[in-house]
Amino acid sequence: MDTSAPNLYGILIEFDHPERLVNACRKVRDAGFKRWDAHTPFPIHGMDGAMGIRVTRLPFLILGGGLTGLAAALLMQWWMNAVDYPFLISGKPLFGLPANIPVVFELTVLFAALTTFFGMWGRNGMPHLYHPVFKSERFRRVTADRFFIVLEARDPLFQLSKTQEFAASLGGVAVELLED
Amino acid sequence: MSHHRHIPTLEEDHITLDELGPRTVRVAGAIGVVGLALAAAMGAARGDGFASFGWSYLLNFAFFLSVSLGAFFFVAIGHVMGVHWNVVARRLAEVVAANLVYLVVLMIPLLLLAGRVFPWATGHTETPAALLAIKAPYLNQTFFLVRWVVYFLIWCGYALWFWKRSLEQDETGAPQLSVRMSRKSGLALLLYALTLTFASYDLLMSLDPAWFSTIFGPYYFAGSVVAFAAALTVITFWLQSRGRLTKVIHTEHLHDYGKLLFAFVFFWAYLAFSQYMLIWYANIPEETAWFLRRQQNGWGWVGLLLLFFNFIVPFLGLLARSVKRHRRGLYFWAVWLLVMHWVDLYWIVMPEFHPETPLPDLLDLLTFVGIGGLYVAGIALRASGHSLVPRRDPRLDDSLGFENA
Repeated sequence: MDTSAPNLYGILIEFDHPERLVNACRKVRDAGFKRWDAHTPFPIHGMDGAMGIRVTRLPFLILGGGLTGLAAALLMQWWMNAVDYPFLISGKPLFGLPANIPVVFELTVLFAALTTFFGMWGRNGMPHLYHPVFKSERFRRVTADRFFIVLEARDPLFQLSKTQEFAASLGGVAVELLED
Repeated sequence: MSHHRHIPTLEEDHITLDELGPRTVRVAGAIGVVGLALAAAMGAARGDGFASFGWSYLLNFAFFLSVSLGAFFFVAIGHVMGVHWNVVARRLAEVVAANLVYLVVLMIPLLLLAGRVFPWATGHTETPAALLAIKAPYLNQTFFLVRWVVYFLIWCGYALWFWKRSLEQDETGAPQLSVRMSRKSGLALLLYALTLTFASYDLLMSLDPAWFSTIFGPYYFAGSVVAFAAALTVITFWLQSRGRLTKVIHTEHLHDYGKLLFAFVFFWAYLAFSQYMLIWYANIPEETAWFLRRQQNGWGWVGLLLLFFNFIVPFLGLLARSVKRHRRGLYFWAVWLLVMHWVDLYWIVMPEFHPETPLPDLLDLLTFVGIGGLYVAGIALRASGHSLVPRRDPRLDDSLGFENA
C-alpha cells in the first residue's frame, strides 16, 4: 500500500495481443500481486491459471443452498399438511414421503439455482455499477481489440514508482494512471 | 489447464487393437460359448422346458441390448448436436452400437423360447384369460416376431450406416460425410425413441401382461444410457491399461464421461420415481399389482437397494468435479453402475418369474457370462483392423484439444 497518492486507483496497462496479455499476467502473478485484474474483449483459455485464480468454491455454497431447499420443502409440507391443516386426501398418510418428493425436488433446484446466481454476484462484488477504469479513454477499446491489466493501488506490494517501472516492463503498448 | 498445455496427436498414440483384437475374440468367445453351453445344460437339467434358462437369458439379453442401445444414442445425439468433445470416443460407441448386429443372433434363442417364457404366451399369469384374449392381437408370438424384425432392421440399419460412413471418412477425410451423418441422425433418433419404447414394452413390460406404464420406455432408455456411459468408461480404461488411446482420451474426456453418467443416474431416478409416485398416488389395483409384487417376499429390499445404490449413493459419489476427473474414482462408479443396472433389470424381470424369492439363480450368472462373452467377442471382432478413433473427422482436433471450462 502506497499512501503517497491518495486519489490513485491503480495503473492501467494496455496490450495489443492476447498472448502478450497472458504472459504479462503470469509475471504479475509471480510478482505476488493480489489486488489486480485483467480485462479482455473475449474469454481467453488459460487465463485463470495465468492469473493464479483458484478453482471456485461456489459449489460448496450451492450444495448448502440445495440442502437448505430440501429441508425447507420437507418442513413446509410437514407443517402445512400434517400439523397446521391436516387434510385427508384419498387415504394417503398426512405426511407421506412420495407425495412430498416433487416439491422437495423443485425447492432443492430453486434454492441451489438462486444460491448459484446470487452467490456468483456476491463473490464477484456485483452489482458493480461504477468502476474507475471507465474514466480511461483507452479502456473503451476493451470491447473491441485491446487487452488490459489493472494493478490496484490498494495492493500491499504497490509502490507508485516501482510499480510503474514494473508495469512498463510487462510488454504493453501503454501505461496509464487511474484516478479513483 | 495452462495456455501452453500439450494437445495430443494421433501419431504419438497407439490407436489400433492389433494383436489385442484376435486374442480378445478368442478368449471372450470361448468364455461365451462355454458359459452358454453350461447354462443350457443346467437349464435342461431343470426339467422345466427351459423356462428358467429362458428367463435368465431374457434378463441378460435385455442387459446387453441396453448397452448397445445406449451407444446408438451416444452416436446419434453426437451427430445431431454437432458435438466436439466426444469425437475421440465416438468410434468406440460406433462399435458397440453396431454390435446390435450380433444381438440379432443372440436374440434367436429367446425367440425360440418365447412360447415358454412370456406369460402372455404360456398363460402362467395372474392376468385373467379374458384380458389376455383382448390383448392377444398385440401380444401374440407372430406379431412379437414381426416387431422384433422391424426393431432390429431399424437399429442395425442405422448403426451399420453410421459405422460405414465413419470408416469411409477414415479413408477419404471428406467433411461432407459428417454433414450426411448429421442429417440422418434426426430421423434416426425419432425412430430410435419409438422402437426402444416398444421394445421395452415387449421385452420387459409384457412380462406382466396386465400391467402398463407409459413412462416405461424412457425408464429403460435412461438405464441404457447409464449402462453405455459406464461401459464406455470401462472399455476406455481397459484399452488404456493395454497401451491404447492413452494420450488421445485424456482427463477432459473422462470428466465428460462422468458428467454423462451423473446426469443419467439422476434422469433414471427421476423417471423411476415418476413411475412409482403416480401409481402409488392413483392407487388403482391393476397398476399397483406390479409394485406390490416387488414389495413382498423380500423383493422390497431389492427396491431399496436400487433407491440407495442406483441413485442416492452414486449421485453423491459423482457430484464432485474432482471425482469425475479422478481415474480410479470414475472407474469405480462405472463398474458400480453397471452392476446396479443389472440389479435394476433383475428387479424388473425376475419378480414375474419367481415372486417368492429375490435371490438370484446360478443360471442368471451363467447366461450373463455366456451372452457377455459373445457380446465382447463381437465388439473386438468389429474393432479389429480399424482405427479406434475417427482419425479424419473434421472435429477431431477440437476433440483432442477439448478442455472443460
